[in-house]
Amino acid sequence: MIGLGHYLILASILFSIGLVGVIRRKNLLMLFFATEIMLNAANVAFAAISSYHHDLAGQMFAFFIVAVAASEVAVGLGLLILLYKKYGTLDLDEFTMMKG
Amino acid sequence: METLVYTALFAPLVGSLFAALFAMSPKRQMTGVVTSILLFVSFFSSAKVLMHVVEHGEVHIKLMDWIVAGDMYIPFGFNVDAVSAVMMTVVTLVSMVVHIYSNGYMEHDRSFNRFFSYLSAFVFSMMVLVMSDNFLGLFIGWEGVGVCSWLLIGFWYHKEDVGRDVNPSISPSWAANEAFIMNRIADLGMLVGIFLIYWNVGSLQYDKVFEVVPGLDHGLLVMIGIFLFIGAMGKSAQFPMHTWLADAMEGPTPVSALIHAATMVTAGVYLVIRANPLYELIPEVSYFIASLGTFVAIFAASMALVNRDLKRIIAYSTLSQLGYMFAAAGLGAYWVALFHLAAHAFFKALLFLGAGNVMHAMHDELDIFKMGGLKKVMKWTYIYMGVASLALCGIWPLAGFYSKDTILEVAFNEHTYIIWFILWLTAGMTAFYSFRLVFIAFWGDERYKKLGFHPHEVQNYVLWGMLPLGILAVVFGWHKESFMEFVTEMLPAYEMSEHTHHMVATLTVATTLIALGGILLAFRLYSVRLRRDEKVEKSKIYKVLSNQYYIPIFYKNTFSEPYAKLSEIAWKEVDMQVVDATVDGIANIIEESGDAARQAQSGNLSDYLRWIAIGAIALAVLALFAALKS
Repeated sequence: MIGLGHYLILASILFSIGLVGVIRRKNLLMLFFATEIMLNAANVAFAAISSYHHDLAGQMFAFFIVAVAASEVAVGLGLLILLYKKYGTLDLDEFTMMKG
Repeated sequence: METLVYTALFAPLVGSLFAALFAMSPKRQMTGVVTSILLFVSFFSSAKVLMHVVEHGEVHIKLMDWIVAGDMYIPFGFNVDAVSAVMMTVVTLVSMVVHIYSNGYMEHDRSFNRFFSYLSAFVFSMMVLVMSDNFLGLFIGWEGVGVCSWLLIGFWYHKEDVGRDVNPSISPSWAANEAFIMNRIADLGMLVGIFLIYWNVGSLQYDKVFEVVPGLDHGLLVMIGIFLFIGAMGKSAQFPMHTWLADAMEGPTPVSALIHAATMVTAGVYLVIRANPLYELIPEVSYFIASLGTFVAIFAASMALVNRDLKRIIAYSTLSQLGYMFAAAGLGAYWVALFHLAAHAFFKALLFLGAGNVMHAMHDELDIFKMGGLKKVMKWTYIYMGVASLALCGIWPLAGFYSKDTILEVAFNEHTYIIWFILWLTAGMTAFYSFRLVFIAFWGDERYKKLGFHPHEVQNYVLWGMLPLGILAVVFGWHKESFMEFVTEMLPAYEMSEHTHHMVATLTVATTLIALGGILLAFRLYSVRLRRDEKVEKSKIYKVLSNQYYIPIFYKNTFSEPYAKLSEIAWKEVDMQVVDATVDGIANIIEESGDAARQAQSGNLSDYLRWIAIGAIALAVLALFAALKS
């Protein structure tokens, strides 16, 4: 029987994968993927806990997160395309114009 | 009546502000004329107020509440009684003459307008000083005249130090600072006295204070009396704070006449006269005042005997006469002190203005040994200065005769024969040095011709302007009886004993004889030509006297220089090594830590994300611990 614990463990694993991706990856596109993974880890946890408590608020939250993620990707990808057009690369190590 | 009092008080202020409008612009005759007219208005009002006080008694008015805080209540009030009214009239009269005189004297000065602004501001402060009905108002005026004195002594602040064979080099700005700082030290004493009064009486109004004073502890009264007198010593340049007065002669001559002879320096005497109910209760302090005054009288006169500087001789004679006033006030003859104060204001201002004429004619040359025979070219100045000197010596029937003679009678009456003798001797010295000045400068051979001077008499209106002082120097003494009746309404009457009454004629003759003796000696020595005796000038006493008893040098070595060294240590060791180092250290720490922390801002998004992750994890761990604990 799959219980709440399993879902939460899955969510934690997903979140950790996302976090490692955010920290380690150098390609901006990959960074976006990693953040998406982290957001969805949160979604999984929300949905699981909501069903466990028979409270729909958590699932509603998950939907909100999906909507936010979608709009974020739309804007983010637009910016990425422009960035690529301008510099011909998405490697983070190349973008250090703000070095203090 | 209120209007008149306010007019007398504020007309000089209006004049000062008006002249101040043009302070930065080139000379405008208008400023001199307007301030002089306003001074005349002030004098006229003061005289009217004086008449009113003579007929109807004192006037008390309140301008506004000044300090109202808790139990503390100090109104801005003015009280015109016999003493104030006399002072007001004397001050405004002398000021008016000096204003008119300055129109001629400062004719070619590029700061003509500024001068009149300061001069009128001084008169206003002096009026506040004498008219205030409480000690705090008096103190405001006291400080006001101090500031104006500073501004006016240092009026030619751009002048360099000049080395003189007699004086150590001093410049107007140095002299101004000396006067101001010395007065500041004395003012601290006065302020302490005022605090003591307030703590123990709870009010600063004269009438309330003097009502309560008899009930206070004797030791406390002595303290108050001493501290107030320290303030008076500074302002009236009594020993040991006398050095500033001679150096203050660096200022323009009208200033010397007005501030350093007739009005401001007498403020100390005024304070003692005003606080007479207090000093009546502490005879030991009063006796000290009298002794100090007597000492200063002969001390200053001795320095005047050998000085060659025209203005300094007169300055020392001022000091000496202030000593007479304090002697009279200390012996309880307050009205005599006030009488001498007024008489002295007239003839001494006249003497100074005459000296100004001589200086003007001699292109600012002050050494009397370079003059001689000036009476031919400057007849009127000679007459004025002669009259003023005669009055100063106390020759009948001039003003000084009546006032000085009365002081000597008082000293005799009090059985303080030593004081009497010293003052009597000083009268002879006064006569000698005054006429030494007159004979050397105006008689004898015309030494200035060899030195290429072309002296000339001053403008006619200046001579006319001096006339009121000339007349008063002659006639003021004739009104001794009515003056006494008027001011003793307010001041304690002084009664001579029977014995003194019998002696009056003898005393008068003795005083007149020694004065005449002094004049004759001066006549014998200097009337034909300047006689200089090598042996005398080489002698020790002469050197001590001409170096002012080495007191300025003593002050320089004991106070100024160690203080300068101490300041240097405080600057280089304490301020730079400790205070600055601490402040700089803090700034350096912040700068260096900022420099080190700057590495974190690599510009690489990955690094930032890593920091965010670490921070988030750290926060999560903290939250976990917190959750576990609770």
